[in-house]
Amino acid sequence: MSRTITIEPVTRIEGHARITLQLGDGGEVEDARFHLTQFRGFEKFCEGRPYREMPALTARTCGICPVSHLLASNKACDHLLSVTIPPTGEHLRRIMNLAQITQSHALSFFHLSSPDLLLGWDSDPISRNIFGVMRQDPALARDGIRLRQIGQSIIETLGGKKIHPTWVVPGGVNEPLTLEKRDAMLKLLPEGLEIAKRTYDFFKTLVPKFKDEATHFGRLPTMFLSLVTPQGNLEHYDGLLRIKDAKGRIVEDMVPPEDYERVIGEAVEDFSYMKFPYYKPQGYPKGIYRVGPLARLNNAQACGTPYADVALAEFHMLQESGPIASSFHYHYARLVEIIYALEMMERLLKDPTILDSRVRARARSNRAEGIGVSEAPRGTLIHHYRIDDDGLITWVNLIIATGHNNLAMNQSIRQVADAYVDGNNLQEGMLNRVEAVIRCFDPCLSCASHAFGQMPLRIELKDASGRVVDSLERG
Amino acid sequence: MPPPPTQPNVRVVTLRIDDRDLSAREDETIIEVCRENKIPIPSLCHLDGLTIWGGCRLCMVEVAGQNRLLAACSTRVAEGMRIQTNTEKLQRYRRTIIELLFAERNHVCSVCVSNGHCELQWLAQRCGVDHVRVPYRQVPYPVDSSHEMFRVDHNRCILCTRCVRVCDEIEGAHTWDVMGRGSDCRVITDLATPWGESESCTSCGKCVQVCPTGALVKQGTSVGEMVKDQHFLPILARRRHAP
Repeated sequence: MSRTITIEPVTRIEGHARITLQLGDGGEVEDARFHLTQFRGFEKFCEGRPYREMPALTARTCGICPVSHLLASNKACDHLLSVTIPPTGEHLRRIMNLAQITQSHALSFFHLSSPDLLLGWDSDPISRNIFGVMRQDPALARDGIRLRQIGQSIIETLGGKKIHPTWVVPGGVNEPLTLEKRDAMLKLLPEGLEIAKRTYDFFKTLVPKFKDEATHFGRLPTMFLSLVTPQGNLEHYDGLLRIKDAKGRIVEDMVPPEDYERVIGEAVEDFSYMKFPYYKPQGYPKGIYRVGPLARLNNAQACGTPYADVALAEFHMLQESGPIASSFHYHYARLVEIIYALEMMERLLKDPTILDSRVRARARSNRAEGIGVSEAPRGTLIHHYRIDDDGLITWVNLIIATGHNNLAMNQSIRQVADAYVDGNNLQEGMLNRVEAVIRCFDPCLSCASHAFGQMPLRIELKDASGRVVDSLERG
Repeated sequence: MPPPPTQPNVRVVTLRIDDRDLSAREDETIIEVCRENKIPIPSLCHLDGLTIWGGCRLCMVEVAGQNRLLAACSTRVAEGMRIQTNTEKLQRYRRTIIELLFAERNHVCSVCVSNGHCELQWLAQRCGVDHVRVPYRQVPYPVDSSHEMFRVDHNRCILCTRCVRVCDEIEGAHTWDVMGRGSDCRVITDLATPWGESESCTSCGKCVQVCPTGALVKQGTSVGEMVKDQHFLPILARRRHAP
């Protein structure tokens, strides 16, 4: 008798998602799907608004990574203005982006995922949260909170607000950096780097314990998409698109972000509000690829900062050859990126030109179409706008980082379900592993208010006629 | 109509506002006396230098012996008047008026170029509007961005008519006017032609500076960047009407 298991909502992510597992007669998993059940409508309701409102409007997509939307949107607006922004303006934007990557990765690793890693997949769900981590390892929990605070403080120092700052504007930023603010930020970085290194060294000792998870948590032969510098190094703000295949061969390189439509197609399925982007030349769904920290490190030849480059070399040794395939290693990649972000922020802030007063190029719209691409903590983020002669938006396309990973997330939960879920004997820990593989991707549904694992979770077994034959509830 | 020129032999009256004994010229309005004496009275349509409109009803006050509320902007002081400007009833009415303004059109502050520099937002904060108790109408209004320097977003217009009055009385162009009734009412340029095609507009920008919200703004401003300066108005108004 075939049955469906529904995990709804998925916890320790932001927003509203559901997982369904279709079981066959013998209790084996036949199909697994990740459904995004919330509808936002940004692409539609932004139509008719002046393009200069777009950075603030689209930043409201998320409370965790508003800076990413702010940057991608402003880059799309820069494109509409047809300006090159002053170098100092660009560097200041980079610092804000790196600060956000630091805080967002810290949130993902410490607040959302460390309860699973430290306390165990099968531990009591009542304490499997950041408070449980505080009890078990208070120093680690403190480190996580402090690291996130450092990232948020830098965003606030630059933009005046921790969440949804409006300091980044089309053409650059609206205020140069003062000496006092620069020094205040520089003061925070050494402590942040110490925490990042300490956590990285600690996590390295944990990795061998998770061999099983590394094998079954979304170990997929997919391609990887990310921005890289013209030299092929790690890049988060600007750069060119690179796609590597599962064997590490570069299939697309140095693609200008404006040409993204040549390589990325978007499919839709009726079971989710999330789009399914794919690599166009290979078609849907064969053109599956992943984005985010794992993809960025797989695609980058080097980071360009001393300690991060050492960590990158160690990252590449996680697998004998080829790009790192397991989605479990997103956690590892995130820690490497935190180190890189802190080192790079220090380098940019110590450059005396960062105090230059030329931070904004002024112009009016000089073209009808603008595309902005940057790397959000969770992957490549694309904003694409069209405007009329008066500068009002007529069309919007947003490809959100999490969307790129949609195909991979669906395949990953299938893989985890195959390995761990026994339909004849449901255990809470099985469900947690299915959720945990989603947490590896740190979907952009993330939201701090759901960070404590307090949301109710209900799993139902239904027979072929839809009748509930068994259920399990928590929360 | 422009404000009447100051009379040389005008009488002085004594009155009581919020239990303070005050004296004032008899040709002054209650709101003028309050502002001279630093007694806060909210208003979104009144502006020193423009004619009285009395449209927003936020400056309503209680006057002893009157069985209705009076608009402080359009009521002249009188001998022995006893006025209350901030009773619980007035606070309740003001809050309701502001909530209705927010519900009528789209005033989402967080994405507005006037965020942080908006009179409506400031008044809402002062009157304790932490939520709106009536349903939002959610009706989209047009945005006219055809002017090279300025933009009008009817979603953020509260129909205070400051733009209409400043254009007519100070600039003398009378580009702005009002058309339609009820919820279809909106400010227009010339005979409802796009602002960019207006033949009468001198592009002076006075309308933008006096607009209390983010309805009239400069092109090229991003969120929170539209800071308005109304200092020019009393000076120009005096010069316009100097004998």
